Amino acid sequence: MSFVAGLLFALGLGVGGMTQPSKVIGFLDVAGDWDPSLAFVMGGALLVYAVVARLALARPAPLLDGRFFVPTRRDVDRPLVVGSLLFGAGWGIAGYCPGPALVSLASGRVSVIVFVAAMLLGMWIEQRWAAMRGERSGTLRTAAATARAAR
Amino acid sequence: MADFTPWSSLLGGVLIGTAASLLLVANGRIAGISGIVGGLLRGGPEISWRALFVAGLLAGGLVLQAVAPLTIGPAVVGLPVLVVAGLLVGFGTQLGSGCTSGHGVCGVGRLSPRSLVATATFMLAGAVITFVVRHLIGAGS
Repeated sequence: MSFVAGLLFALGLGVGGMTQPSKVIGFLDVAGDWDPSLAFVMGGALLVYAVVARLALARPAPLLDGRFFVPTRRDVDRPLVVGSLLFGAGWGIAGYCPGPALVSLASGRVSVIVFVAAMLLGMWIEQRWAAMRGERSGTLRTAAATARAAR
Repeated sequence: MADFTPWSSLLGGVLIGTAASLLLVANGRIAGISGIVGGLLRGGPEISWRALFVAGLLAGGLVLQAVAPLTIGPAVVGLPVLVVAGLLVGFGTQLGSGCTSGHGVCGVGRLSPRSLVATATFMLAGAVITFVVRHLIGAGS
């Protein structure tokens, strides 16, 4: 079922115009010859998803699994904002966000292959960095616990 | 206004919303591309549905390329710039826990405060960068 979802998602990106970097830039270029089309992509997606998600999440579980795996955090923290700033900058520079970049691989163009490779590397670097941070704060926590226990 | 396509874009959006709905109703998962790809990179459990989703995404690309190749547009910047942008998109979506799909559609669709802030932030950053590149530096116009 998730294969079908992925396939449908890709077709939606293509039909909607998200796999044309020039169109993405045209949407973000509010001060230029603005093309608001991509707001309709988000609007159309939200129209369906907002209703279905509300109905679905009122049920105890999805059809094919024991429970829902939905983020529950509500706090706005620094990584969320900084990460979104960096992502938005990259999106505005090249006109690719992750989904359309992966879908565009089918064109076989070197340019999009290079973009996806850099994107995966960027993801990997953040994950390494997060693991290092996690270990450090883990060590600090352990040290603090030891100190508390000693007192 | 250049190439304004409200109807095909609305249809594309409905398809995306349907796909994300399917993943939620059937598998109980969020259709966030950066989260799914990041999860595959990280490894561990939860590989199979993610791999299938990405396989579907790539297969959908092949269908588009075969049926309507013009829907997959060419890059608008050179390779060095694509590398920088790719690194920013990869790093940023992992640090910020999501992208246009996970935050912009699934999170906003559930009125998650984190996703509302993230979506406003990356839209604003994208518009500011586009303004700087196109109107201050004057490239790509």
